[in-house]
Amino acid sequence: MDSFLENNGMYRGIYCYFSGNEGNAAWCKGLDGILPLGWEWLGYFIAGFTIMLVLVNGALLGAALFVWGERRILGRIHKRRGPNRWGPFGLLQPIADLLKLLIKEDLVPTIADRVVFTLVPVVMLMSLLLSLAVIPFAHNTYLADLNVAVLYFVAVGSLSTIAIFMAGWSSGNKYAIFGAMRSVAMLISYEVPLVMSLVGVVLIAGSMSMVDVVNAQHVPFILVQPLGALIFLLGISAELNRTPFDIMEAESEIIAGYHTEYSGIKFGLIQAAEMAGVLAASAVLATLFLGGWSGPVFSSELGAVWFLLKLTFFAFVFIWIRGTFPRLRIDQIMAFAWKFLLPLAFINLMSTAVEVYFFGFYNASADQLGVITRNELWVMAAINSGIAVVAITLFGRVTRNRMETEPVRLHKFQSAGTVIGVN
Amino acid sequence: MAFKTEPMTINIGPQHPSTHGVFRLRVTFDGEVIVDVDPIFGYLHRGSEKLAEERNYVQVLTLTDRLDYTASMTNNQAYCLAVEKLMGVSVPERGKYLRVMAAELQRIASHLIAIGFFLQDLGALATPLMYCFRLRESILDLFEMLCGARITVSYMRPGGVFAEPPEDFWPALRRFMEESPGLIEELENLIMENEIVVVRTKGTGILGIESAIANSVSGPVLRGSGFAWDWRKADPYDIYDQIDFDVPVGNNGDNYDRFQVRMEEIKQSFKIVSQCIRQIPDGPIRTELPLVLRPPAWQESYGRVESPKGELGFYLVSDGSVAPYRCKVRSPSLLNLHVLKELLVGWKLADMIVTLGSIDINMGEVDR
Repeated sequence: MDSFLENNGMYRGIYCYFSGNEGNAAWCKGLDGILPLGWEWLGYFIAGFTIMLVLVNGALLGAALFVWGERRILGRIHKRRGPNRWGPFGLLQPIADLLKLLIKEDLVPTIADRVVFTLVPVVMLMSLLLSLAVIPFAHNTYLADLNVAVLYFVAVGSLSTIAIFMAGWSSGNKYAIFGAMRSVAMLISYEVPLVMSLVGVVLIAGSMSMVDVVNAQHVPFILVQPLGALIFLLGISAELNRTPFDIMEAESEIIAGYHTEYSGIKFGLIQAAEMAGVLAASAVLATLFLGGWSGPVFSSELGAVWFLLKLTFFAFVFIWIRGTFPRLRIDQIMAFAWKFLLPLAFINLMSTAVEVYFFGFYNASADQLGVITRNELWVMAAINSGIAVVAITLFGRVTRNRMETEPVRLHKFQSAGTVIGVN
Repeated sequence: MAFKTEPMTINIGPQHPSTHGVFRLRVTFDGEVIVDVDPIFGYLHRGSEKLAEERNYVQVLTLTDRLDYTASMTNNQAYCLAVEKLMGVSVPERGKYLRVMAAELQRIASHLIAIGFFLQDLGALATPLMYCFRLRESILDLFEMLCGARITVSYMRPGGVFAEPPEDFWPALRRFMEESPGLIEELENLIMENEIVVVRTKGTGILGIESAIANSVSGPVLRGSGFAWDWRKADPYDIYDQIDFDVPVGNNGDNYDRFQVRMEEIKQSFKIVSQCIRQIPDGPIRTELPLVLRPPAWQESYGRVESPKGELGFYLVSDGSVAPYRCKVRSPSLLNLHVLKELLVGWKLADMIVTLGSIDINMGEVDR
């Protein structure tokens, strides 16, 4: 517990405000805690609870803000104005939407599995909020510094697959089943390149902890790992079902996919989880590939500002992609994952591993990989950019030809009313 | 390893975001693949043909506006041609030019809707649709100048057009003609080469030329299949014989070709409108006819135009009274739907929506 307090500045600040005394003078500089001696456990509890409260409400408020931002920016992309009536610049629009959803009737279909149906929004929101726990928002500010944070993020994020499948299965709606089938097929496929793309980052940083990854980024990893960043961006947009991978709730095809039957605040929660999911993904992208809270100046003082700026940038990228791309078909999406992203992820992993092997050994002490220096990171950035350009061009050409060949018709139309198989 | 899968039947529509109105498809899926399609329509049946028998010849015009409400001008034109044949009257030259101009503007507007919703069905979140609607709005503004209405125009009358355009119409039209081709080009640059659009539409929803002809498909769907057939060239009505334009034709008959044909037809329509502006003569706009038309008894006539959706025809039979004895509408949307089964069976759900969008149906016209 002591070392945890020592590292986590936010936690320590709140704890010391309540329970600072002679006993913990080592890390509490001011010794005037407002709680009497012997009540340190309450200090721990309050500190943890406060941070969780801030995080959960911050995520939900961020989701509301993101809804507003998305609608405004999409409006600009569409050459229209977007919501601008309620509050300054329409900022209160999400609140109005939420009120509307709250007072709507909460319908559950008769043939639905009631318990599972009701659990879905909870599971979705839970998986999202859990994934926010490991992200360092500023210098020494995080809920938990797990030593397997990257793995944890991927694992917790994939819980949403189960939520989506629960929704599709319990709704008793054929469109929902369609959405669920599509989502399970797609998400499991995209999980593979997603994880592979993160291994490169972990190799360079030498740690799975997000805090260590941020500290290792003397050069933003988006330059050192351009392929990894691209694959992660694509994979995570599939995970979040944003265009061009939004087949599981493709509005023009299957109404709303897995959440067709949801209404009222359950629908609102699913939407909130989806929107906050974009923010979580942007946060992870910013942390792993753009240096997290570290900035060119005032890194430790203005860490939160730098972090928010980077997060906003990636959130904007997600909105931009959504506003400009049509949707792919399911077989094309699967082909894209297995034939394009996965080989690229392997190439990225191999090249990074070789580079780390050499650069790591150069500075190695007796039996330990050495720290990769800033100059070496620049060299790696140059090499990896070259590899990225070559690999994307080559693989793009291969898959493009593959995709443009005539798709196979599985059934042949013969005469009115009858359908025969080709083979 | 072979899985035993059960087919699943789903009702797509009548309430569905991308069935373009109240169209219903009962589709049987094997996984994502369509094994059977059963189109069901009639949800928007308003009995227009029967209603026409209760109204006099000029009043029927307002019913034609409501058939294909995205292309009211060409509906008016087809009906007026039929009535003029029945009455044996001719239209003054200026009236013909105004008709063609309005019809071609309407063709642009209708094709813009077709392209916009086609891309919407592809999953592009309303962005191309909004770009299309921006241009369509300015066309509707021009219509408002012409006749005071934007959608249900009733601009053309048997014998000519309703009124001389106001003075500020011509500068507005010239301004439109200067600005719009650039906007179309912008749209084209944004979407025609888009990798996802190409991958999704090329090679899907292929309609062979023989079956297109056998099912009497018409319009961009027929031309997309590679058959150069356009009533404006084949049987020039109004003044199309005095105007120089091309008929774009596709090669493969897939969704991309139909999409491309529409895009190209928009450009040809701009060409036609600019020629009309140059060539339009002075003179009367309408042959003076009595307010209540009374064609000779037991005559029949068929007036047809190349509407944005295909061959639109009005078959009229007179019985000597003020109202037609029979008014039959040959609507291209309905006949183009006949190839639906051939187009859809064997493809995936996502292709189905795109193919339906590329046929460009309008339920007001299908059900009448």
